[in-house]
Amino acid sequence: MNSPSQLSPKTTTFTEESLKKQFRISEFLAEKIISSVAFLSIAFIFLIFIFVFKESLPLFNSESGSKEKTEASVITANKPETYGTASEELKPESYGTEPEAELKPETYGTESVSNEELKPESYGDTPKEDLSVSPSEETTEVVSQNQEGADKTWSTFFTTEWVPVSDNPRFGLLGLLIGTLKVTIIAMLIAGPLAVLAALYTSCFASKRVKEIIKPIIEMLAAFPSVVIGFFALMVLASFFQDVFGYDSRLNAFIGGIAMALAAIPIIYTISEDALAAVPKTYTEASLALGASKWQTAFFVVLPAATPGIFAALLLGVGRVFGETMIALMATGNAALVSANPFESVRTFAATIGSEMAETVFGETHYSVLFFIGSLLFIFSFALNAVAEFYVKGKLLKKFQGK
Amino acid sequence: MDTVVNQTENQFFSSKKNVSETKGKFFIGITQLAVILIIAILFIILGIIVYQGRTKFSWEFISSFPTNGMTEGGIFPALIGTFILVIVMSIAAVPFGTITALYLTEYAGENSKFAAAVRFSVRTLAVVPSIIFGLFGLGFFIQFIGAGADTVLNDGQLRWGQPNILWASLTMSLLTLPVIIVSVEEALKTIPREMREASLALGATKWQTIRKVILPESVSGIMTGTILAVSRGAGEVAPILFTGAAYYLATLPGSLSDQFMNLGYHIYIMSTQSSDVEKTMPIQFATTLVLLILTLSLNVVAVIIRARIRRKAK
Repeated sequence: MNSPSQLSPKTTTFTEESLKKQFRISEFLAEKIISSVAFLSIAFIFLIFIFVFKESLPLFNSESGSKEKTEASVITANKPETYGTASEELKPESYGTEPEAELKPETYGTESVSNEELKPESYGDTPKEDLSVSPSEETTEVVSQNQEGADKTWSTFFTTEWVPVSDNPRFGLLGLLIGTLKVTIIAMLIAGPLAVLAALYTSCFASKRVKEIIKPIIEMLAAFPSVVIGFFALMVLASFFQDVFGYDSRLNAFIGGIAMALAAIPIIYTISEDALAAVPKTYTEASLALGASKWQTAFFVVLPAATPGIFAALLLGVGRVFGETMIALMATGNAALVSANPFESVRTFAATIGSEMAETVFGETHYSVLFFIGSLLFIFSFALNAVAEFYVKGKLLKKFQGK
Repeated sequence: MDTVVNQTENQFFSSKKNVSETKGKFFIGITQLAVILIIAILFIILGIIVYQGRTKFSWEFISSFPTNGMTEGGIFPALIGTFILVIVMSIAAVPFGTITALYLTEYAGENSKFAAAVRFSVRTLAVVPSIIFGLFGLGFFIQFIGAGADTVLNDGQLRWGQPNILWASLTMSLLTLPVIIVSVEEALKTIPREMREASLALGATKWQTIRKVILPESVSGIMTGTILAVSRGAGEVAPILFTGAAYYLATLPGSLSDQFMNLGYHIYIMSTQSSDVEKTMPIQFATTLVLLILTLSLNVVAVIIRARIRRKAK
């Protein structure tokens, strides 16, 4: 890069430049490889966005999207039929006694089964005549339904009904949004004050020895896997708080909020503590010298000075809670109810992705909607991080450098 | 306050100080309470899980397969699956994270825009919800790379284009990358400038300095990062929900294209989708205990190593 390759050792006059640095291929390669590996972490951010967003594209591109969807639905339309309506007791009969197709209607006739229910059977072991007729009828029906559904998808986004798997699928994101916000607010109301106050104690009041004990212990909470916290909430907290408050649904937004607060506390605590510790000593000394007591200094000088950092900590806490999946899956009840009552079950964005992704089929509307939710979550957490970073940097620098 | 007015100036000040002191005690008390509450919650969780899990927790539990529709038996395959996951994950993430950290500390200029962008990306990777990594793994590794590899290598036969342990591990390695980068970077920063200068002054090139001086010095930092990453990777469930974790497998994974069982996923499945949640309660608590012991002990080791690095730097 900045090595002057044109000034090779051959030149007889040694300028200062040529003595400074020589071109070495291994050095050059090492630097290039290392910086390109570093570049990959930037690339990953883009890749994540591109690939999560790409899968949700069919929603935006209605024409090609609906084609894909119909293709997918043709495949899927057959599957659920066979699985869904063909009852297990009927199958063995037809296999065992009458393998021939013409006889089938008789066997079933006695049990008064309608034609519709027969079709799935024919999928399995009848001659091709039947197959060619019945599934095509079926699929055209489903396709038309699905196209309507695809057109409706956008309009259903702003409703509150989340019924992704039905003949008339509705993808009301509003209900999920309200659920997510409810849990986030509850979690932050608990985690925010607790973590910030604890950070204030650690950085302003605790002696050095106490500090060295407290800090690692609270940070140890970050090492608790979220599935463990979720499990604890599900098994212990849920029953305990139901006994205390006596509400109906055992798993609800409140339980989820408490559990998520546990996950958010170490993040908020660590970052706030850093922010509080970064407040210049001169602030504290000036305040104490003016006769303010220790607590006055802490609450009225140090805390305000560290506000940007604490704000960033809270934002990152929100980001953590907003995207938390396992706790939401296990402790919130997973029912998309819309109400202001904190003791009702809720369903969050992340939990919806986590619980439904495994059951969707590649290319379906439902699949795309889940990826769309994913890209929303990604954009949200990206924005939170960006705001936290730039707001804090700008504010803190201005404040402490007196610009 | 009314009585205060009648008093002498000296008394006025002292009594005002008293009011302020009680107020101060109150506020300090609140902050103390917050600390105590957090630590108490932590130990309550730990205590309950240890207490409930201890009955079932035994060597046999760890080393045997689940039996009878996962209502009895142990967690051996889940444990092995978790081990394979974190090993493959570390193989992918550690070199990557170390090199990125090397770039940030050794090569990046102070005002380099590129380095700032890398730093920002790393921090973003750290805050992206783990479920997004799962989606990314599904969209990128399985459906893009995996399915692509199938059409090229296997004539379209499904082998890599489905959830398996390799894709789950790689997804997890992305998630844990920031952990490694941050720890290694911190360790690299504690290496005194003089060591670099001495090496360069002796005529070593930059790369030689890194290889012979910086890297050996930062081994403990890399270890800390790896341990923390393993601790994180062992506990995360969301990224592997649909990139490779299996409900139940009768055999251990034989190749990287197999699915696997996982401790965290096992807890999730057992507590929410088991046929008999009440009956398997001891198993669930014991599994949680195993996972918690794993992650917490790894974390304690990392904290100790890190403290040693810091002390050395001083």
